[in-house]
Amino acid sequence: MENLVILKKEDLNDFVMQIARTKKVVAPVRKGVKSFAFEEVTSGARIDLDYTSTILPPKKYFLPQKETIIEYDKRKKEWTPTLYSEEIVLFGVHTCDLFGIQCLDIIFSENPKDFNYILRKNRILIIGLECSNYCDENASCALMDNQNPNGGYDLFFTEIDDRFIIHVNTYHGEKLINKTGLCTKADKRDVSELRLLKERKRNVFKNEVDIPYAELKPLFVNAMKSKVWDEIGEKCVSCGNCTNVCPTCYCFDIIDDINLDLNTGTRTRVWDSCQNGSFAEVAGGENFREDRGERQRHRLNRKFNYPVSKFRRYFCTGCGRCTRACVAGIDLKETINALIEEKKGNENG
Amino acid sequence: MDKREIRKSPYDIKQGKILDVKQMTEFEKSFKIALHGGDLLDHDPGQFVMVSIPGIGDAPISISSSPTQRGYFELVVRNVGKLTGALHKMEAGDTVGIRGPLGNGFPIRLLEGNDLMFVAGGLGIVPLRSLINYVNDNRRNFGKVSILLGCKSPTEMLFHEELSHWEERLDVNFSVTVDSAAPDWRGNVGMITSLIPGVTLDSKRTFAIVVGPPVMYKFVINELLAKNIPESQIYMSLERHMKCGVGVCGHCQIGDSYCCKDGPVFCYTKVKNNIEAL
Repeated sequence: MENLVILKKEDLNDFVMQIARTKKVVAPVRKGVKSFAFEEVTSGARIDLDYTSTILPPKKYFLPQKETIIEYDKRKKEWTPTLYSEEIVLFGVHTCDLFGIQCLDIIFSENPKDFNYILRKNRILIIGLECSNYCDENASCALMDNQNPNGGYDLFFTEIDDRFIIHVNTYHGEKLINKTGLCTKADKRDVSELRLLKERKRNVFKNEVDIPYAELKPLFVNAMKSKVWDEIGEKCVSCGNCTNVCPTCYCFDIIDDINLDLNTGTRTRVWDSCQNGSFAEVAGGENFREDRGERQRHRLNRKFNYPVSKFRRYFCTGCGRCTRACVAGIDLKETINALIEEKKGNENG
Repeated sequence: MDKREIRKSPYDIKQGKILDVKQMTEFEKSFKIALHGGDLLDHDPGQFVMVSIPGIGDAPISISSSPTQRGYFELVVRNVGKLTGALHKMEAGDTVGIRGPLGNGFPIRLLEGNDLMFVAGGLGIVPLRSLINYVNDNRRNFGKVSILLGCKSPTEMLFHEELSHWEERLDVNFSVTVDSAAPDWRGNVGMITSLIPGVTLDSKRTFAIVVGPPVMYKFVINELLAKNIPESQIYMSLERHMKCGVGVCGHCQIGDSYCCKDGPVFCYTKVKNNIEAL
């Protein structure tokens, strides 16, 4: 219990303002009727604690849409690997997105280590926020077992009545709590209420698709030649929305820009999407993933198949963003169900 | 935002000085490059480098020379894209950026002591030449060596002098075929697959190393299997779009494998069930 502390909800504003004095604080804010985004805040007032899911996941702070990786000077014939980063306190991250960040950490920590990612990540303090209910019908967090946190945060906020019960998970988190001086120790009543909420959640979050967690990978492994991919390929418009909003999609392009002096310039890393038609095309015109269905199959195998062999985990967080963002109405849960149906059909006939 | 230099970045670039440029055919040029300060590239046959030109970008280029050729390395480049177009305009004395060597290279230790059959289609001879020359420079460590080369036409043929040298050497069986040729061509005409049945080989101790355009592999591999060469003794080098060269950016992915990091050299057993490979 020593790692549980209490912050009164009425003190959240002071809490955020105090941190924002020395650090950039980003938190979920409302952007429209049903849309939210992580944005810089200077007080607690703009933070929307009841936000459902943000349009973009917090990966934009870890792997920016556009980032300088090299600065060059043509005259000196020099390329200098460069990082631009800042200290950030990321407030209000749902458990699915915590998992997404953990996935990115794995990818960019593999050898050869990506220090642009690692050094930037090390300057971000993560404060998680418990979900007591589903965002909407698109989420499949219980299928992916992400309705509860599996680490990946410095502090974790659970909102109960007039207070937050905060799990202090790291020394960095502890220092932040001590600096604000607004928190008190949790007592027995807090602990038992927290336990009650977790129990209640067990009845709220239930596997959204009729397949056990462990069966997901074999489902995708055996569906490489499935007709479902052709059907999805027919619908897909290759806009790349699904990959942009995915918390675990990290494919990128590398682009050179030159400054107006025509001598200095930057090499930047920008988000790319395996759904773009030319993603796998080589100079000379050969395209190794020309078909939209093949590209969708590839995207989902990168969530439910390939990473399982390499890292023993799915790279789907269950956040539901790909379904929400799809302009063609391709729905992840429907896709999985279609694969299940097809499998049943094959087994019976 | 604070700015800092990163000491150890996978995107770090070394300076490479172009020592010599040679026009090989209408579309291909050969570049001799030495790293700044006399550094050795220290590559394995079959590896590649990312070549950078500031303001243009970078592109993966396979190393065409053997590591036994020290002091400089050679890249043979077809003018097909943005980077290769800009590279073709460069001259001896110019500097390019070099990142690498990258990728896994051919399994030399595995090949040692065995018979080798090289099958090269078109530009496939460019990466394969790094291994052929390595083998020729360490000839006594290998058994029988045969080289089968297929080209569209005699005018597209690269490395003329070396080809005639291979033809003359007693320790190398060399044959070449072209898809079509002018009447004065005295060699074979036909697909590369037509050369394979005629080769006498001991299938148990023969390793086949195949590099060519994507469409070639299925047909060549079928011929090799018909010769009873075990699947585990067939190696190939695959081409894909690459950006990072270190197995992250996703462009070169073949199913669950990254061509740039897990490849570009793959054993047939590793890719035969990979729907995206061949």
